[in-house]
Amino acid sequence: MNCADLRPLLHAHVDGELNAASSIELQRHLKSCAACAAEEKSLCSLKTAFRQAPLRHEAPASLRIHVRQLAGDAKAPARPRQSDFSLLWKWLAAGATAFALLTLMLRPAGMSDHDRFLDEAVAGHVRSLMVEHLMDVVSTDQHTVKPWFDGKLDFAPDVKDFAAEGFPLVGGRLDYLNGRAVAALIYKRNKHFINVFVWPATGDTKPETTALRGYSIINTSTHGLHYCFVSDLNAKELGDLAALCQK
Amino acid sequence: MEECERSKLFEQTVLPHLDAAYNLACWLAGNDHDAEDIAQDACARAFRFIGGFRGGDGRSWLLAIVRNTAWSWLKKNRPAAIVTINEDELAEIEDHGAAASLVHGADKGALRAALESLPLEFREALVLRELEGLSYKEIAEVAEIPVGTVMSRIARARGQLQTAFNEKGAA
Repeated sequence: MNCADLRPLLHAHVDGELNAASSIELQRHLKSCAACAAEEKSLCSLKTAFRQAPLRHEAPASLRIHVRQLAGDAKAPARPRQSDFSLLWKWLAAGATAFALLTLMLRPAGMSDHDRFLDEAVAGHVRSLMVEHLMDVVSTDQHTVKPWFDGKLDFAPDVKDFAAEGFPLVGGRLDYLNGRAVAALIYKRNKHFINVFVWPATGDTKPETTALRGYSIINTSTHGLHYCFVSDLNAKELGDLAALCQK
Repeated sequence: MEECERSKLFEQTVLPHLDAAYNLACWLAGNDHDAEDIAQDACARAFRFIGGFRGGDGRSWLLAIVRNTAWSWLKKNRPAAIVTINEDELAEIEDHGAAASLVHGADKGALRAALESLPLEFREALVLRELEGLSYKEIAEVAEIPVGTVMSRIARARGQLQTAFNEKGAA
């Protein structure tokens, strides 16, 4: 294959979308062609620029309230354009009950234990983002987050910051998953939050990637700990974090 | 489907992806105010059609509704924003080797401006890829186009950004 044929594939390559056969061929070409190698580098730096620039818009509170209202009261006629603060307070008050109910509802009957566990992990991730209870200890310093878990859990999670690799640690939280108290470590990738649930495990298991309701989930056990990664990030980048955590 | 079941399904399927919905609406509409209107309309539609949601990826399902809502809104209110691109002609224009780009040193505002200036079809593909992390297959579902078209739109969108940065660097 020549450069002209391979150039379009470079994009799929940097996006992790290329199949194995083409990928091998492309790698071989990149070793011998300086122009294409430079183009690959250029594409990677463009992707990095995207990750670093604050380009993602977050939904405003007024939209959140309106959409919740749709679910809460199907007959709600009005579409408030402005955020209504009395309404906001009402919603905050109703919040605790609603989230408790939501958690119950997210766990439908007739599922296998494994499905139920995945469902619970996603629910835990969603809940952590919704109730603004993402973090109990807010710190980008692994030496602050790790001791914080002392005495709160019967094991010591491994806490590392991967800011240099593009996954800054932002904090930690206690959570309850799979019938036990677990450590939840929170990392960020661009604007995406990643919950990493950690608890003791016996034996090592290879990373297993699942998708559920638009979330990526990776489960893996290593060095006596089980790791469950949950995020709306794509599976490939989540896999990068999983690989870092297991080093 | 009963009302409470609909609400339950809606909460599970739509609420977790509001940021993604709003972000796409912003990048298509070009401003916060219209984006909120579009996102609200899209969520109202999602609620109406939730009975037709057959499981699977709630995010792609919602984003497809947001996309359709936004495009209809633009056709009605901002027809000038919709310029149909001829994808074959574009291939000729930008395939003159946008080699080493200067993206590295470019400021973040420049990237935003360059993304805003992309044709709508290219912008949405790149926003879904780079800001939402969707796979090519998911983007194909959202935009209702073949995966091959997704790949070529992303490649051309990036080509245009590289060219924009190169020109900026040369100036």
